[in-house]
Amino acid sequence: MTSATHRSAEEIGRTARGPRPLPPLGEQRAAADLSHVDTTLANGLRVVAVRKATVPLVEARLWIPFAGDDALHPATAEVLAETILTGTARRNRIEIDAELALIGGDIGAGVDPERLVLTGSALAGKLPTFLDVLGDVLTGATYADEEIAREKERLVERIAVSRTQPRTIAREALQKHRYGDHPATREVPKAEDVAVVTPEQVRALHQASVLPRGSVMVLVGDLDPSGVIGELEKVLGGWASDRSAVRLPPLPDLTGPSVLLVPRAGAVQSQIRLSAQTVPRTDPGYAALQLANLAYGGYFSSRLVENIRENKGYTYSAHSGFEFTDGTAVVNVDADTATDATAPALLETRYELGRLGQVPPSGDELESVRQYAIGSLLTSTSSQAGLAGQVLALASTGLGLEWLNEHPARVAAVTADDVAEAALKYFAPKRFTGVVVGDAAVLERKLLALGDVVVGEPA
Amino acid sequence: MADPELVRYTLDNGLRVVLAPDATAPVVGVSVHYDVGFRSEPEGRTGFAHLFEHLMFQGSESLEKLAHFRHVQSSGGTFNGSTHPDYTDYFEVLPSAALERALFLEADRMRAPKLTAENLANQIDVVKEEIRLNVLNRPYGGFPWITLPPVLYSTFPNAHNGYGGFEDLESATVDDCAAFFDTYYAPANAVLTVAGDFEVDNAKKLIEDHFGDVPHRPAPQRPSFAEPLPTTELRGEIEDAHAPLPALGIGYRMPDPINDVDSYLAYLVLAGVLTDGDGSRLQQRLVHREPLVVDIGAGAGLFGPFEARDPDTFTITLIHPHEVPRERVLAALDDELEKLAETPPSEEELRKVTARWAASLHSEHDRLVSRTLALGSFELLYGDASLVYRLADRMSAVTAEAVSAAAKALRPDARAVLVVKPASEGNNEQ
Repeated sequence: MTSATHRSAEEIGRTARGPRPLPPLGEQRAAADLSHVDTTLANGLRVVAVRKATVPLVEARLWIPFAGDDALHPATAEVLAETILTGTARRNRIEIDAELALIGGDIGAGVDPERLVLTGSALAGKLPTFLDVLGDVLTGATYADEEIAREKERLVERIAVSRTQPRTIAREALQKHRYGDHPATREVPKAEDVAVVTPEQVRALHQASVLPRGSVMVLVGDLDPSGVIGELEKVLGGWASDRSAVRLPPLPDLTGPSVLLVPRAGAVQSQIRLSAQTVPRTDPGYAALQLANLAYGGYFSSRLVENIRENKGYTYSAHSGFEFTDGTAVVNVDADTATDATAPALLETRYELGRLGQVPPSGDELESVRQYAIGSLLTSTSSQAGLAGQVLALASTGLGLEWLNEHPARVAAVTADDVAEAALKYFAPKRFTGVVVGDAAVLERKLLALGDVVVGEPA
Repeated sequence: MADPELVRYTLDNGLRVVLAPDATAPVVGVSVHYDVGFRSEPEGRTGFAHLFEHLMFQGSESLEKLAHFRHVQSSGGTFNGSTHPDYTDYFEVLPSAALERALFLEADRMRAPKLTAENLANQIDVVKEEIRLNVLNRPYGGFPWITLPPVLYSTFPNAHNGYGGFEDLESATVDDCAAFFDTYYAPANAVLTVAGDFEVDNAKKLIEDHFGDVPHRPAPQRPSFAEPLPTTELRGEIEDAHAPLPALGIGYRMPDPINDVDSYLAYLVLAGVLTDGDGSRLQQRLVHREPLVVDIGAGAGLFGPFEARDPDTFTITLIHPHEVPRERVLAALDDELEKLAETPPSEEELRKVTARWAASLHSEHDRLVSRTLALGSFELLYGDASLVYRLADRMSAVTAEAVSAAAKALRPDARAVLVVKPASEGNNEQ
């Protein structure tokens, strides 16, 4: 179309020399051991500080268990997260932003039913200023009436936007269908709840729940791990309480009620969301389970992606992965598909679940997921931010940097029998519950015909 | 940032090479940037550059369908590709033991990709699903990168939808693919970048082994996409079936990103002064003080800065409540620009923006994938990968007067305003 005399596709696709062999892998060097300190401050805060001086920055993550069973808790917690950085006794909103900006820094806050997380970074040479701002916010956030009022307005508007996102709609439906009214399901607060939250309630929640004991801070970057602990004792010394941060009540084990078709009239695409109970990283069988999941849908070369995307074109995005919540874990299978492709995609998704147990991965397929598990850990922890995220995920379930260092050996030791056992045990189709959100008028007949599907709004 | 070691050279077949060794982690990044993006696709073939990007993953002479993904992932690596206005990139990040494999995979598809009718049909379906996911089935899908250009620009290359219309995608043929490949995917039209843990001499040898016999083809003449500046305020309006709140996308033309870098950087600093952080001008006034908008952002480029040659777009996007008239928002915006045009920003405002930029450039450098891609795209667009390491200093040198001049150039009578209207008030279920 652009070149008048171009070769044909057949001519382009072959050379005189013909196909060439894949080169072998070279020698792999291990990642350098990183010096770190993992300790608990006098106020009960666990701190993991890791020296990784690749660039002159420090990445910080603060994880605070933040559950609540009050009906207004999700709304109050969301307003708190939106306003925690809007002023202290020492600095107003604009001064906080200016002070962070001048040190190349940032702090953001996010909350869900399980935890409040503060995420930040700054130029390494300015770490004391960064920690001073952070300590000031933790001990002295004032939640001024006018800041609360304005952020409530914005939050109501953002919730409206969020509730139109198919992924939010599907996530809410999945949470309700699998966990009923457990506090874990209240991820996006109701707009009408946000509207009635008062500044007093937000301040009271900060007093009651923004607590160091039971919380974890991770610092990764161009820093001196022991030195920074002393600094934190000083800066965060005033952040103290006898009580511990509030953990989420245990989630019930999933037992696999039927998949629920949730109507969304006129949708051009459906969301398939399946879920089943598994075991967390602390379980001795986790490495085998991890490999079974990768083979199923955990990476691009998985059975699910090759089947429903690369062979059939039903979807752009198909994926399976773990969701860890306070010492428990489930595996989730997600795919977004055109309405016409939805029933066939669910059929193939279940077929691959069954096949994983009956014809488990072995040989090249097993070696591929093994190398991927080891290699992707190397690449994902090669940056400060990536490592900080990994360490936080581990530290919040009681694990540490040691787990990360030892994991490649655990993955290397997994046998084909281990993977086959995990596949059979955890990926049996009937263990999965879930939802399909889509145009029920078109989907209902075919999905019901597949079996183990019911129609309705989640309870 | 001190300039890290950088080796740049060109193979006999015209392939430009950038090597950036760094032994701090045992991983390596490999990318190939081809000098063709969606601005080069012909009329009637919207979305073709992106569709072709998908096809490049579907097999080549030595690699069956799916083999590319399997070989990268079974070496412990990750991969992807992306299509931009003026280039298309392909990349892998892997444990360093897999360097030769990544070079082999990229060379094989540069030499002899398998372009088949079956793979084309399959990837048309996949791309349509991608568009449903990212555009059709979500609020503000394609806003502003698909919806603003047709208001600001009048020529097909600049104005059309780079994701493509379904009819155009469906009418793509295998012969289109062959013509596109032969024209644009020549080694002389590409940049190979290797960053991370490797020995320079060994990498040079491996690159010669794998890419050296990809035959030379002449690089195509690069067209100019220049078009005149708007001489009046251009208005456009779209209905969004999923959006709960109205939105505005405001587009202005910018200085030439390649030939007038320092002026371009002044616009980036201006974007920061306007909307970066609670202390920025528009956040303070429009989000908090008055308040007129829910969220607002400003920036260079449809996907970010340093992604395109001239003409490039300065965008301001915002979402506002129903009850706030859009003319009031625009008037407040123009008032703030006017103030900056009359009185340059303070030194502290500039330092806030440039310190955050310096930190974010460090952070980008720390992620091997973004470092590899930045070096490759700067070599391709600017002919100089090392500019990546001088950006922070060049940005710090931007003067308050230059930022003021940039604000002055954002005139109401030379811009595009795209109005996004929720399709049905109170009923967004469609």
